[in-house]
Amino acid sequence: MTAIEAPRIREKIERPPSLLRRLPTSSIAMIGLGLIVFWVLAALLAPYMPLDPPNKQFYTAFSHPAPSAQHWLGVDNRGRDILARIIFGARRVLTVAPLAALAAYAIGCPLGLAAGYYGGKVDAVISRVGDVILSFPIIILYVILISTIGPSILNIIIAVVVASGPGIARIVRGLTLEQRHLDYVAAAELRRENAPFIMFVELLPNCRGPLITDFCLRVGYTVITIGILGFLGLGLPPPDPDWGTMVREATVMISVHPYMSLFPAIAIVSLVLGFNLLADGVRELSMRE
Amino acid sequence: MIPVIARKLVSLVLTLLAASFLVFAVTEFSPGNVARKTLGPYAPQESVDLLYHKLGLNDPLPVRYARWLGILLGLKADPLQDPALKLDFVDPRGDRYFGNFGYSSLYKASVNDVIWTRLRATALLAGLAFAVIVPLSMLFGVLAGMREGGALDRTISVFGIVATSIPEFASGVFLVSIFVVGLSLLPGTSPLTTDTGWPIWTQLVLPVTVLVLYDAGYLVRMVRGSMVDVMNRPFIRTALLKGLSFRSVVVRHGVRNAMIAPFTVILLQINFLISGVVVTEMVFAYPGFGRMILDASLFGDISLIEAATLIALMVAVTTQFIGDIGYALLNPQIRLR
Repeated sequence: MTAIEAPRIREKIERPPSLLRRLPTSSIAMIGLGLIVFWVLAALLAPYMPLDPPNKQFYTAFSHPAPSAQHWLGVDNRGRDILARIIFGARRVLTVAPLAALAAYAIGCPLGLAAGYYGGKVDAVISRVGDVILSFPIIILYVILISTIGPSILNIIIAVVVASGPGIARIVRGLTLEQRHLDYVAAAELRRENAPFIMFVELLPNCRGPLITDFCLRVGYTVITIGILGFLGLGLPPPDPDWGTMVREATVMISVHPYMSLFPAIAIVSLVLGFNLLADGVRELSMRE
Repeated sequence: MIPVIARKLVSLVLTLLAASFLVFAVTEFSPGNVARKTLGPYAPQESVDLLYHKLGLNDPLPVRYARWLGILLGLKADPLQDPALKLDFVDPRGDRYFGNFGYSSLYKASVNDVIWTRLRATALLAGLAFAVIVPLSMLFGVLAGMREGGALDRTISVFGIVATSIPEFASGVFLVSIFVVGLSLLPGTSPLTTDTGWPIWTQLVLPVTVLVLYDAGYLVRMVRGSMVDVMNRPFIRTALLKGLSFRSVVVRHGVRNAMIAPFTVILLQINFLISGVVVTEMVFAYPGFGRMILDASLFGDISLIEAATLIALMVAVTTQFIGDIGYALLNPQIRLR
């Protein structure tokens, strides 16, 4: 006996064009995207560009460290080419920041979904623990964590997960509570779908709008955090270039050669601005729906 | 209302206990380090061993936390003042009093001798910044939000995004380059003493500006969002249609209603401010609380870290508490559960 396949009726649903399609209509989002793309390209192409090695010390350049034809942005207080260090530093920050934000989402999303979907005791435990971590002034939490476990890429990612996971969980929980009582969830429960399916396949995609905005903001904030840790002397270990550490090392020379700290500071600001502008543009677009 | 406040107070104390336990667990995770770090790298091994036993560092973490709490509340004597340890530490307040935070290995003194002057300096900095941030962001938030999408709104919103994209250490570098290196108008460091030749108030200008720039950018956008919401409500249209001028509609109907939501955000802002203070104090070598926490963490001064975080947490949690209560009082539609 052959299985009879019921004819599936698929009506075309009229949907508004996707967010990605409408992105070019927002000039703010495009400027932000442009800044991000600029740094991503710089980071990707760094090994193929005619740059000096980022850790090489030019003792001859040291007597005239200011920007010149050889060293476009000058050299730092150890005679290393600032342009090369900024571009190679972009590689580091553009891998660690998105990775850390993704890891925080990987922990925060399931917790928030579980809290919002199950409610009751599960919600109480997750929310209470989250509240404790959120009651910390965030930089103090970072300083204590990193100074105890030591600065490394993995430890910075761990610290970001600990510090911003609860915030993500709180947002996801709120979004889940909004959707929890809608018909499509009831329909899925009626079909006897299991809880993880409902949470990750039904609920999560419907919460994506605000989460995309939050993710952009969070990557930007993580860039700031990595910069701050570097500036406070808790950054990624030397000698490889790290923007925050570059600013820190150059501040001793600020009264003589302010450009040494200005250029890496401008690099951080432009990248963060990119993520923040993109987030704002996306938020505005999703509100116009 | 009273039972609600009581319940919130209980949860406040529980949060503080949990958070301070977390800090305790992180800083005292390896007990061998505690004795060594307290006595310093050059202390003889016998003293370290003696302290190890005196502090009962073999005990499980919760027991040690309870002991720390006992010393803090004045129920137990502080074992560090024992002359046998050769620490040369005598607290004039005695070894058993309420608020005993113990011994700071970084400053070689009682934590209480170190912490309060630092806290006062930071309160001055944060208070000044707060006094500028709140009216400034309310003004610009209302101006931007009263005509959504207008030229003023666009300009203020973009400025807001740019301001929140500049971390404190970067704006510090920019401002120092312009006003200190370029124009020589202001001092680049703020030791809060007059022997550098700069009056105290000039030393406060740049740190306060740095804090205001970063935090106001965020708050302006919050106030703006709230104002936009209110201006889209029917009662605003009614007020306009009944012939009130736009100006009085904004002032009498708009602003009042728009202030409810940002009230909590403004108080939560204090948490941000404490974070920002750490970085700002570092930029300007300001002798404050934030830089002390950083120094203590880098040095491994466990008692000082625990004391300072507890105080920072108390400030943060208390302002959140006030925010919750005030929010309920301001808005009769919200009933605290």
